[in-house]
Amino acid sequence: MAEKKDYKVVGTRPIRHDGVDKVTGRALYGADFYAVGLLHGRVLRSPHAHARIKSIDTSRAEAHPGVRAVVTAKDFPDVEDKIADLGEGAANVKDLQDNVLAGDKVLYKGHQVAAVAAIDPHTAEEALELIDVEYEVLPPVISVLDAMKEDAPLLHENMRTDEMGEKSENPSNIASHFQHKQGDLEKGFAEADVVVEREYTTETVHQGYIEPHNATALYNPDGHLTIWCSTQGAFAVREQVAEILELPVSKIKVVPMEIGGGFGGKINVYIKPIAAMLSMKTGKPVKVLMSRADVFEGTGPTPGSYVRVKMGATNDGHITAAEAYLAFEAGAYAGSPVGAAAFCVFSPYKVENGQVDGYDVVVNKPKTAAYRAPGATNAAFAAETVIDEICEKIGMDPLEFRILNSAKEGDIRVDGPPAPRVGFVETVEAAKDHPHYSAPLEGENRGRGVASGYWPNFGMKSSVVINVTADGTISLVEGSTDIGGTRAAIAMQAAEVLGIPAESVTPTVADTDSVGYTAVTGGSRTAFATGYAAYEAAQDVKQQMIERAAKLWEVDTDAVQFADGVFSTVNGKEEEIDFKGLAARLDETGGPVVGRGTADPNQPGPSIGVHVVDVEVDPETGKIDILRYTATQDAGKAVHPSYVEGQIQGGAVQGIGWALNEEYIYNEKGEMTNASFLDYRIPTCLDLPMIDAVIVEVPNPGHPYGVRGVGETPIIAPPAAIANAVYRAVGVRMKELPMSPGRVLKTLGKI
Amino acid sequence: MPRKVHVQTTINGETVEYLCEPRQSLLEVLRDVLHLTGAKEGCNNGNCGACSVILDGRLVNSCLVLGAELEGKSLETIEGLADPDQLDPIQDAFLENAALQCGICTPGFIMAAKALLDNNPNPTEYEIRYWLAGNLCRCTGYDKIVRAVQDAAQTTS
Repeated sequence: MAEKKDYKVVGTRPIRHDGVDKVTGRALYGADFYAVGLLHGRVLRSPHAHARIKSIDTSRAEAHPGVRAVVTAKDFPDVEDKIADLGEGAANVKDLQDNVLAGDKVLYKGHQVAAVAAIDPHTAEEALELIDVEYEVLPPVISVLDAMKEDAPLLHENMRTDEMGEKSENPSNIASHFQHKQGDLEKGFAEADVVVEREYTTETVHQGYIEPHNATALYNPDGHLTIWCSTQGAFAVREQVAEILELPVSKIKVVPMEIGGGFGGKINVYIKPIAAMLSMKTGKPVKVLMSRADVFEGTGPTPGSYVRVKMGATNDGHITAAEAYLAFEAGAYAGSPVGAAAFCVFSPYKVENGQVDGYDVVVNKPKTAAYRAPGATNAAFAAETVIDEICEKIGMDPLEFRILNSAKEGDIRVDGPPAPRVGFVETVEAAKDHPHYSAPLEGENRGRGVASGYWPNFGMKSSVVINVTADGTISLVEGSTDIGGTRAAIAMQAAEVLGIPAESVTPTVADTDSVGYTAVTGGSRTAFATGYAAYEAAQDVKQQMIERAAKLWEVDTDAVQFADGVFSTVNGKEEEIDFKGLAARLDETGGPVVGRGTADPNQPGPSIGVHVVDVEVDPETGKIDILRYTATQDAGKAVHPSYVEGQIQGGAVQGIGWALNEEYIYNEKGEMTNASFLDYRIPTCLDLPMIDAVIVEVPNPGHPYGVRGVGETPIIAPPAAIANAVYRAVGVRMKELPMSPGRVLKTLGKI
Repeated sequence: MPRKVHVQTTINGETVEYLCEPRQSLLEVLRDVLHLTGAKEGCNNGNCGACSVILDGRLVNSCLVLGAELEGKSLETIEGLADPDQLDPIQDAFLENAALQCGICTPGFIMAAKALLDNNPNPTEYEIRYWLAGNLCRCTGYDKIVRAVQDAAQTTS
């Protein structure tokens, strides 16, 4: 339904509604919450990567002055071993509970074991030292390929492999194996003039949001539980806590505070059920905060992986066959993003003969969580560098190759469904036409690389309510926590419908008792789907306002038009009134106007990006410097271009960090040895140039303004683009992430 | 529990008195004792800069200063930057340049930018990047933050 057109509000750059609160330090994030009588909770974590818990004695901690309660897994209700639908994907409730507080075994260093509530944080920390846990230490298994071996230590003695629908006989760390197949792989490779097959590994990396997890809970004797927290999804917290503690969802109110970054990592609950249990025991509000080390060691990162890609092409640049083998670390419990990786690995391209195998494997690392286009970056690092090698062998420009092989709308993908409309060719052309791509790159050890990234985006459910205010503004109540300016992007879509300025909308992110069900801020869905719900709510308001104008003028509603923010009629009498004027007259035409909108859109419209990077490699130290960076991306329609650019720039920089130096470094005992921002080094501004974000707009037919989600796609291309640039700079193909100085020197044969 | 220390100090131009434990950091005192929650805890070991404040004219991580050390000193925090009817030019520049996404690092960046511009009103891009390298942002890729500080320098100089 959407065509490329100009809008009055959509596409402009107003100041975000929550901006002043956020630049003055007044915005209240989860850790800023305070309540009278507040107790402070802290969590004891496993020092071992893999161990059986023989006993836990909490008596010394309980006797410590100032301690008010201690909880362990024994305080949990016995939940069923069942799969619960949690809005964005399903999860095994027993695993969820076991991850929150370990039962029989600890499965990674940092696994939560017990928790204390005390009168202040330091007293709680002292009490943790007084909890006596007896462990039987077991051998850990840390990497995916080791965990897949038959004689590997088993994390879950009862786990059987789901082998394409059949359960295996023997226990295994491989939770599942699936396969997508299309065409005739053998025939495809036989038709190829060039075949490239390469193996890649990537290490565990973390979202690295600056705000640690937090939760304050208050349980009332009437059975009502309130949780104030930073989360990507208040309703997702409500559902998880309800399942883990066996409480009815209607008794739980989750109040989403401002959130300091998430990137997928603030969907799963860790300390929220613990805060609730401590409040149940004490009758007081209990605030639990994580430290930075807790965040690294105890919350879901994105998986390390082993990926093998084989691709064949003709000398004139047509892909004839493609095959991928994806083995992903799930962490301690089943459920890695290998499915999404399989979906994305060849998605930009038309692949008539293809096969993708995916393996979900448990290892003694924290249970993985979503991280910005989960799985896609691992897969693209492999596929997009194999393509670069093919282009080199057949002597074709890598962007030309992408245009030639781009999937067209309706092409059947290897994993089954037809490809939807996405502006891949337009995005590649934007990169090709950008001055960066044709700029000379001089100097030794410098090279330019390109790569593309594809993400399908998600729709899911959202609810919005709009109240019309007598001064001609509207209040907009929504359920999507605002991590990057989505209050503005959602408000602007309502303003567009009603012909009012963005500043005339007051958006509020409401708690779970005060707004309809809304899925997580994730899957690049918020500006798209909650924006869609806002559009629907505004349409509802518009219709009701038309009825009010008709009443005012004593004409039929059919006789009232609405355009450019003005209601008018020419039916017998010429009248007009703008939105503000009519809002002032609601009292005399029937009272308040409340509009409602819900959305569950099924055409989120994928987003695709093409990145161009210039690097310089220092052959003495192995350090890679980013000299210039350009990222093009199809945004469908950029609602607030500044924040779309911000998503592209921020995503690209996370991808750069992943490419260059981010990794969990483990010792032989399976302990993460770099759980701080000093040793797990995310990019600083000194590591980077400006990031040139180029917005391409090919409207998404599944949204009234053509919006596509933009948040996740930009992280996908950087590692492959940088690896391809490194090859042109110093002549070696990097096949491991991160491309840290040590790995570069090793690949160069210098160490 | 250790005996609390009495501290008299100046915060954002006003005399403030508080009691704190000797082990409490300035960040804990600001947040838990004085309820000035604009300084954020991102790491609690000086790596992220989210708790940046200006102490006697010097940019510091408040997580690395003890609350008891504030006796007789003068502290500026994000809460003291704006006038009642007007934001500081740095705050305006952050808003106009969309230099924040989640906003958790923003108070720290703004205090760091203020300390920079107080000392060097016309910094180069490199000087801005060098000065702000102690503040981590995971959302923006820094592009718009650097531009905001460039803009603020134009406005204030």
